[in-house]
Amino acid sequence: MTLPKPGNPRELLALVCLVGMVALYFGTHPSGPTTYVMTIWANQATILALVAIAQFFAVLVRGLDLSVGAIVALSNVVASHLLSGSAFEIAYGTLAVLVVATICGLVNGLLIVFGRLQPIVATLATSAVFGGIALLLRPTPGGAVDYDYADAMTLDVAGVPTALILMLVIVLGFWLPLRRTGFGLSLYAIGSAGQAAWQSGTPVAGVRIGAFVLAGFFAGLAGLFVSFVTTTGDAGIAPTYTLNSIAAIVLGGVALRGGVGSLFGAIIGAFILKTIAALMFFSGLPPLAQPFVEGLILALAIAIGSVDVLRMRHRLEVFDR
Amino acid sequence: MVTPSGTAPIVELKGASRHYGPVVALSDVDFACHAGEIHAVLGENGAGKSTLMKLVAGVVQPEPGDVLVDGHPVRLSSPRVALEHGIVCMFQELSLAPDLSVRDNVLLGARSTGLGFFSYRRMRDVRALLDRIGGEGIRLTARVRDLTLPDRQLVEIVKALYREPRLLILDEATSALNASVVDRVFALLRERRDAGLGVLFISHRFHEVEALADRISVFRNGRHVETFDNGRYGYGDIIQRMVGQSIDELFPPKASVDEVLGEVVLAVDGLTWNGRLHDLHFDVRAGDIIGIGGLDGQGQITLLQALFGVLRRVDGAVKIGERQVVPENPRIAKQSSTGLALVPEDRKTEGLIPELSIAANLELAQLGHDGPGDADFEALAAELELKCASFAQPAAALSGGNQQKVALMKWLALSPRCLLLADPTRGIDVRTKTQIYALLRRLASKGVAVVLLSTDHEELVHLCDRVHVFYDGRIVSTLADEELTSEAVVTASLDPGAAA
Repeated sequence: MTLPKPGNPRELLALVCLVGMVALYFGTHPSGPTTYVMTIWANQATILALVAIAQFFAVLVRGLDLSVGAIVALSNVVASHLLSGSAFEIAYGTLAVLVVATICGLVNGLLIVFGRLQPIVATLATSAVFGGIALLLRPTPGGAVDYDYADAMTLDVAGVPTALILMLVIVLGFWLPLRRTGFGLSLYAIGSAGQAAWQSGTPVAGVRIGAFVLAGFFAGLAGLFVSFVTTTGDAGIAPTYTLNSIAAIVLGGVALRGGVGSLFGAIIGAFILKTIAALMFFSGLPPLAQPFVEGLILALAIAIGSVDVLRMRHRLEVFDR
Repeated sequence: MVTPSGTAPIVELKGASRHYGPVVALSDVDFACHAGEIHAVLGENGAGKSTLMKLVAGVVQPEPGDVLVDGHPVRLSSPRVALEHGIVCMFQELSLAPDLSVRDNVLLGARSTGLGFFSYRRMRDVRALLDRIGGEGIRLTARVRDLTLPDRQLVEIVKALYREPRLLILDEATSALNASVVDRVFALLRERRDAGLGVLFISHRFHEVEALADRISVFRNGRHVETFDNGRYGYGDIIQRMVGQSIDELFPPKASVDEVLGEVVLAVDGLTWNGRLHDLHFDVRAGDIIGIGGLDGQGQITLLQALFGVLRRVDGAVKIGERQVVPENPRIAKQSSTGLALVPEDRKTEGLIPELSIAANLELAQLGHDGPGDADFEALAAELELKCASFAQPAAALSGGNQQKVALMKWLALSPRCLLLADPTRGIDVRTKTQIYALLRRLASKGVAVVLLSTDHEELVHLCDRVHVFYDGRIVSTLADEELTSEAVVTASLDPGAAA
């Protein structure tokens, strides 16, 4: 009973792929699996993994959050203003970044639940708003983040990258307990069958808002981590994160129709995408071919997950998928 | 027979009504259910049973009317609020989340679960309950999506009982279960009843009602007809109360016996599909109006979809027009060599595209059709007395009855030789109904073969020349002439064994 969700075959497949790719990457890397190589790989992947977790919570309740990238950018920009000075100031700044991001998520949730807007439309609008605020706060890339703090978060502890420890803490300390709460259960139920969840007495409105609040919080964590890695603020980073977060969760076996998948799968998907990028770097293929290969793998993964359409004998059921 | 006196009923409705647009689902209903009593509700399709359940379960609210719990007026604004009053409903449309495990579905929304941490401590009780009612083979970690329909119903029952209700509402709770399992479920319900549980029980299976109920209430056309102790009336008397009288002026006269029927337009011989339709045989001749009846979901709509090429890999011989096989897809089905048209069940999602204009909707069926392509929509609109400002209006702006007329016109413009209709008068006012009936009779007299699926028994009896009653994907009874009465249709629908 340790595994959060028994038997999501696509998640398992993704995990096997990831293990294979990681083995290939560290096996073929010129310097081998040194702590330095692992840390760089883990930091890059962790940023995307955090954004993917944010996207995962939105998608789990049948939403799609187009503003996650903008929240990452806004958090990064706020961090570049606040993460310096005394230890107290830095602690306060970290908290402030996460509060800002969480409020962004709350705004999304309120608009979607009480404004009755479609998630994709609501977050398209708010992504422009959040991104706009980020640009106003920092029109050109700049600012600084305390180096000691950034190093602590992006190097290693006894040879293990801090980023991987963070991932482990999120899975063991947050995700597994969450699955044992009524809130966690309701997230899945709402995504799987919203009407059934409501008829079962689940507070659907509150839980949906909660999902978007969590999405905001994790996008904020991602923004913080971007700041630790780059040690500057840049308001222009939003679009790639939004699109890659969707690709990552799909690779990790999360169903875009909601109700299926796990936070663990979202992390796996993100690590797969970033490992592909890392492999490409050493493969001798031109770097410009990277989007091509990533797209190919994504299309393949989706196709494998959809083969059951061919077996459907009632043509109208195809439209329900 | 248990009739607790002196204590207030668990739930009482006073003067409760409920409308859906122009359609009256319940009208001025007084109704009460007591603790320690199994109370069955009987009525035809559309009698208001499901709306009654929804009122008691907090899914909809009476407008106007009062709901009293333990004698105090309350507002059951959601299933959650109803649950807090001890009212738990097992819905006809399954209320399970398909991607969750059995265990998680049972826990979902239960009072002991809340939003915080829950425990699996009481899972032993869940296991014991499942085993007791014949669910020994259901693993608690199995995904509900992977369970069979009967197993899902067992999970629904256990889920409802897990909430420790004072009043348990069962809406067609046992429709997919076989007799031995039903007996075990009933034994459990009787035991809980004796411990003080109130049960509100809806079932189309008359023998189940007879076996289980302490009291029976009959509903008809949204009204509460009568409540009586089980055993007071015989089968025939109860059916009589469910059916009521017919309204003759609603329907056009049937074709006279002298009129010679045309050639066979549609011949179905051994049609079978995917375990849902079994070896169907029937003919439809030019000028016939053939009725398809039975309880909801017994394969009637599936048959029309099979004929219209919506389903893959349909077995059996079908002769339609110049073709000897089932059309591969709807585009082939509508060509003039086949000459089929299907007016689907739900005009808002399948029959029309509500956002598009009337003109665009009418043109849709013409696309890819090999006919002359210069259909006279104006003449059709005049014939059907379509009320609209202009054809440029969006279909959504029309009333339900007029929307249905557009859905009909769209297909009539192709001059089909066989018209398949899925419940074309559901949720439509009486005047439009009469117009549609007259139209169908006119079409038949012009040589069109009409297949009419209906959940309204009056329609089947008074409009159709012959009625095939479905049960579990089979034709269990074919009624015509003097045999074709409401009582016969209801009897054949409810009790297929006796009718055969």
